[in-house]
Amino acid sequence: EFPSSKYGGFDDSNQLRNMELSKNLSNMPKARQTGTTICGLVFNGGVVLGADTRATGEQVVDKNCKKLHYVAPNIYCAGAGTAADCRMVARSVSSQLELLRLETGQTKSRVVSATTLTRRHLFQHQGMIEAALIIGGVDNVGAYLYPIAPHGSTDSVPFATQGSGMLAAMSVIESRYKDNLTEEEAVQICSDAILAGVFNDL
Amino acid sequence: MAAGFCVQDEFWGNGPRPGGFYSTPGGQTAPQYGPAKHTLHPMTTGTSVLGVKFDGGVVLAADMLGSYGSLARYRNISRVMKVNNTTVLAGAGDYADYQFLKEVLDQKIIDDELLGDGHSFSPKAIFSWLTRVMYNRRTRFNPLWNQMVIGGFHKGEAFLGYVDKIGVAYEAPSIATGLGAYMAQPLLRDAIEKKPNLTHADALALLERCLKVLFYRDARSFNKFEFVTVTEAGVEIQKPKSADADWSIAHLIKGYE
Repeated sequence: EFPSSKYGGFDDSNQLRNMELSKNLSNMPKARQTGTTICGLVFNGGVVLGADTRATGEQVVDKNCKKLHYVAPNIYCAGAGTAADCRMVARSVSSQLELLRLETGQTKSRVVSATTLTRRHLFQHQGMIEAALIIGGVDNVGAYLYPIAPHGSTDSVPFATQGSGMLAAMSVIESRYKDNLTEEEAVQICSDAILAGVFNDL
Repeated sequence: MAAGFCVQDEFWGNGPRPGGFYSTPGGQTAPQYGPAKHTLHPMTTGTSVLGVKFDGGVVLAADMLGSYGSLARYRNISRVMKVNNTTVLAGAGDYADYQFLKEVLDQKIIDDELLGDGHSFSPKAIFSWLTRVMYNRRTRFNPLWNQMVIGGFHKGEAFLGYVDKIGVAYEAPSIATGLGAYMAQPLLRDAIEKKPNLTHADALALLERCLKVLFYRDARSFNKFEFVTVTEAGVEIQKPKSADADWSIAHLIKGYE
C-alpha cells in the first residue's frame, strides 16, 4: 500500500513491478533527455525566446524537436531537461491559464501567473520533475522573462539561458546585451547565442 | 605521526628517526600506510587562463587573483611568465605549484643559456618537456595541480598549447581553461572563424571581451588582468589592466516575479 496514491503527488505503485521487470529485462527504456541550449532576451517592446532542436538519450533521438512550448497566445515557454516533463508542465499551465481566463474574463494572461503556477507545481515535486524552463511573454503590464529551475526557484531578469549549453549562450549575450534593443538586434543576439551552444556544446 | 610510506613496529624502536614527525606518547602509534594525500587538494588557486593566436604571434591573458577557496585572498599575483624570448607560459590552478614550476623552468633556461651554444628552447620543446613532467607527476600520485597554457613564436610560426595536471596536452588556435572553456572559448572560436588572421589589436580586444564576460559570470574571477604577447620581436608583458564592466542593466534585475 503506497500512501502517495491516497494523498496525491507521485504514484509509486508501479515501482515493485518495475523492480521485478528490471531483473529480467536488460534494456529498460530511459527518459528522453534534451541536452540543450535555450535562451531568452527582453528587448524594447517584447521578448524573444530561442532554442536548439536536438533531443538526446545516449544517441541523438530527434534532430528537430520543438523546445518552445505554447502557454498562452502572449506567453511561450522554452524547456530544458527531460523533454516529457517540460512539455507536460507547459501544457498543464496552459490549460490552467485558459480556465482562469474563462473564469475571470481576462483577455490576456499575465506572464507572472504562468510563472507562479509553474513554480508552485515544480516545488511541490521537490525537483523530481526535471524541467528547467524559461517563460517569456508580453502582457498588459509589460514584457517579462522568468527562468525557472527544476526545484522551483524563479528570477526576473532581462536575459536568461538554460540547458547544458547555457554558459556558451550566456557568454554571447553578456558581451552584446544592452538596454532597449530593437527586435532585430535581439533576434540576432538570441540566434547567435543558440549557435554558440550548438557549436560548442553537445 | 609518520609521514609517507612507513611502518612502525614499535614506537621509537631503534631511536627516533631523524627528520621524522612523531605524535606525543600515548597518542596514535598505529602504522600509517598509503600515499601522502595532502598533495591532492589545491590551496591558493588561479581561475581561467585564455590564449589566442594572431597573425604574427600569440597572446595569453590571466587575471591577477589568487583565490583561497571562496576568499579573494591575493589580488595582485602574476600568473603569466616569460620563459625565454620565444615562449610564454600562463598557469591556472594551484598557485604554489605554478611558482614551483616557474622556479624550475627559470633555472632550466639559465642552465641552457650557460651552454652558450646560441640555441634556446623552442616553444614546442618546452611544451613537450612540460607534458612529460605533468604526466609523470600524475602517475606518481603527486600532481602539479595546474592547467598551463604555453604560447610561443618560433621560426615564423605561432604556437599555442595546453597541459593539464593529468597530462592532457593539445595545441589549438584558441585555448581557455576552467570556466573560460565554457564561456570564453565560444567567443574565441567564433571570432577566429569570422576572421582567421586576427591582428594584435584584434586579439587583445577579443581577450578583453572574454575576460569581461568571465568577470560577470565567474564567481572566482577578478577585474584586473595581465596580457603577455610573444611575437617575432620577443616577449612583452603589458601593465595590468581592468575591463570597463557595464552595470547599467542592473535596474532591470529586480526580485523574483
